[in-house]
Amino acid sequence: MQAGIIGYGVYIPRLRIKVSEIERVWEKSAGGLGVTEKAVAASDEDACTLAVQAARIACEDFSIDPKRINAIYVGSESHPYAVNPTASIVAEALGTSHKYFAVDMEFACKAGTAGLQVCYALKKAKMIDVGLAIGSDTAQSKPNDPLEFTAASGAAAFFIGDSKREVIAEIEYTCSYTSDMPDFWRRPKAEFPEHTGRFTGEAYFKHVINAAKLLLEETGYKASDFDYAVFHQPNGKFPIKAAKILGIAPEKVKQGLLCPLIGNTYSASTLIGLASVLDVAKPNEKVLVVSYGSGAGSDAFVLNVTENIEHRRARKAVFEIIKEKEYIDYALYVRHRRKIKSL
Amino acid sequence: MRVVVVGAGITKFGEHWGKSFRELIVEAAVKAIQSSGLRGEQIEAIYGGCMASGRLIGQEHIGALIADQLGLNPIPSTRCEAACASGGVALRTACLAIKSGMHSIVAVGGVEKMTELSTQAVSFALGGAGDQEIELFHGATFPSLYALLARAHMHEFGTTEEQMASVAVKNHANALLNPNAQFHKEITIEDVMNSAYVAEPIKLLDCSPITDGAAALILASEDKAKELGLKGVEILASEQASDTLALSSRESLTELKATRIAAQKAYEKAGIRPSDIDFAEVHDCFTIAEILAIEDLGFFKKGEGGLASEKGKTSLKGKIPINPSGGLKAKGHPVGATGVAQAVEAYYQLMRLAEQRQIKNARIGLTHNVGGSGATAVVTIYKRFKG
Amino acid sequence: MPVPLNWRRFPERYLLRGSYCETCKQAFFPSRAICPNCRRKGKLISIEMPRTGRIISYTRVHVPPEGFKNEAPYYLAIIELENGAKVLSQIVDSNPEKIKIGARVKKVFRRIAEPDEYGTITYGYKFKVIE
Repeated sequence: MQAGIIGYGVYIPRLRIKVSEIERVWEKSAGGLGVTEKAVAASDEDACTLAVQAARIACEDFSIDPKRINAIYVGSESHPYAVNPTASIVAEALGTSHKYFAVDMEFACKAGTAGLQVCYALKKAKMIDVGLAIGSDTAQSKPNDPLEFTAASGAAAFFIGDSKREVIAEIEYTCSYTSDMPDFWRRPKAEFPEHTGRFTGEAYFKHVINAAKLLLEETGYKASDFDYAVFHQPNGKFPIKAAKILGIAPEKVKQGLLCPLIGNTYSASTLIGLASVLDVAKPNEKVLVVSYGSGAGSDAFVLNVTENIEHRRARKAVFEIIKEKEYIDYALYVRHRRKIKSL
Repeated sequence: MRVVVVGAGITKFGEHWGKSFRELIVEAAVKAIQSSGLRGEQIEAIYGGCMASGRLIGQEHIGALIADQLGLNPIPSTRCEAACASGGVALRTACLAIKSGMHSIVAVGGVEKMTELSTQAVSFALGGAGDQEIELFHGATFPSLYALLARAHMHEFGTTEEQMASVAVKNHANALLNPNAQFHKEITIEDVMNSAYVAEPIKLLDCSPITDGAAALILASEDKAKELGLKGVEILASEQASDTLALSSRESLTELKATRIAAQKAYEKAGIRPSDIDFAEVHDCFTIAEILAIEDLGFFKKGEGGLASEKGKTSLKGKIPINPSGGLKAKGHPVGATGVAQAVEAYYQLMRLAEQRQIKNARIGLTHNVGGSGATAVVTIYKRFKG
Repeated sequence: MPVPLNWRRFPERYLLRGSYCETCKQAFFPSRAICPNCRRKGKLISIEMPRTGRIISYTRVHVPPEGFKNEAPYYLAIIELENGAKVLSQIVDSNPEKIKIGARVKKVFRRIAEPDEYGTITYGYKFKVIE
């Protein structure tokens, strides 16, 4: 069987802040972002703990023995250490063997899907049994910056393998479209990222659309061949607009559009959307996935859902997972995200 | 060979901003030697209880320091450490020295200087009494470990926060009559109930304070005491037991097993029953600890300690007076000194030197000293020495 | 937290790895070098503890030690795991009304003490109430 996804897990922290609460504090409107609330990691959570939780759920729900993992790639723009890998901590916390490839990835919001590509390539090269790609972020945003309305926390973990009994979605094809376009960045000693306002929108559509077009061109598929499309979701509007540009019906985007309810989970964003699609997808359905990372690039995938999906499902769907929540106000939000400087 | 306490001394307990560690122990030791009527050169060995001097004042090697400061070099001087039971263990070790026949007159000291550091640093130092790697690492504090015991006791026996508060109220009342106590302040149940939570259900006024202080005893063998015509108090038994450092590894959360076992052995050795005890100084580092103690020592049935406290059965005029000195709660708790200070109180009571807090007709007393959340317990039983 | 000390305990702190004595059939957490029941007759093997259990006592810590200031007040509990071994842990992500003696809990992975800006971060188990 073709290499593909054999299991996945999603972890969304319990805390939520409503966009209206952020609007109240700064006395300004979020505008038409299409986001109502965002997930907030508690003060004892970071991209590493989120990654472990997501991977643990995947292992449990899809009965994957961590000892089989030979590759771990953790994508994040909020790795807890500047130097010292998140991937090795995740491995230790899952109880893997010590024979595994590992590296931390960073490419703004597409580092998670980049990990997926690497695992897929290693699997195709028959260098591994099972690979683990994780996108995990506790996204940072400056108080009173427009990013604050959406920058959220979450993680998704995907296992890659090729066992006939296990693959729930084959990866038929993947490609990337990349260019040097600095629309969002963070220098080493800066606490929060900077961005270029509307220029980031330009960068998003340029890369997402071109990656999708490249994929269609190289595979010969038409936009209408896909049953679902998942795009990176910095807000609630961009993925819908990208679908329209590509001639994909907006209904095909909805199942994988979580941003309105949890915010932009950065490296996890596209992967959480994909997980939500796999929660409901039927055998032989085709999924288009296009991520986006500032700086800038997009990874595009064609996935074919297999018969195995009938008996291999996550115990709890993403739309169920996000129901377990607790609202906090802005004061608790800054406490949990450690934005009070005198602490 | 029987062991007799022939002298006792204690400093005022409290915040001694002007006095250092060494001054405190010298003051207590000199008082003890004076009260015994002996001369310093008659002392053959020293056993000193001290829990955390390394962390609290940066000083180890306390044994030699004490001998040096007392001008008693070159006699052997040994530090005993068992967290808050250090003093009790020093006393018991000194008993062994005499019972072995190796020595006939020894000094026992207990000392702690706790106010040099911030409260947070002191808490960290005291945390050494618990299992650092397994429990303190996860955010446990000493009040929280006793809070876990309190919650389990409340759950199983219906013990209430008011009953725990009654222990603090009683001990503060007793301390009013003890000139050496840290607190001379009457408190009410409402005061305790209205004080802030430290670790639910334990509130600030359920806790013993941070204290500077020292206490000392002079022990002699029965033969030596008779030979020199010394009066005092006989130690009928001094027993010690150990349990797991980690609270989570204990068999039960509603008793301190080490206390129960040390007590059973002590009663057996002394040939008496709990009902023969006329008063006891027990380890009330938190109010729940006194409730556990009076049950585990056999004064009340398991689960009835809270009610007994509330009903006044442990007050100075009650069925069995507990902590006539004010206890750790109100007399103060200089951790390494506490076990020795308890014995000093037993000595005062049995020698009829306890002034206003004197328990009438006290013949047999008991002291109970605990290390950590119950990993060490020492139970010692005393009786007036007839000579 | 000294790094080698913490590193040595990763299997315990990350995976709830403890010991099981094949002689007396008792599980111990954390690992022990010798079975306290059987001593030299004991046969200890290393096992991962079950990740679920029940609260047997709990408290809410209002005065935290160094390194836990931003977390306070936090819940601390003694938990009996499904194999009978017991563990002291923080309880997080739970409705306070559900934190009770007898409540079922499940292990999660969290930061333990608050890291300063320069030292290593300590990770390990905490538990959450499950319905």
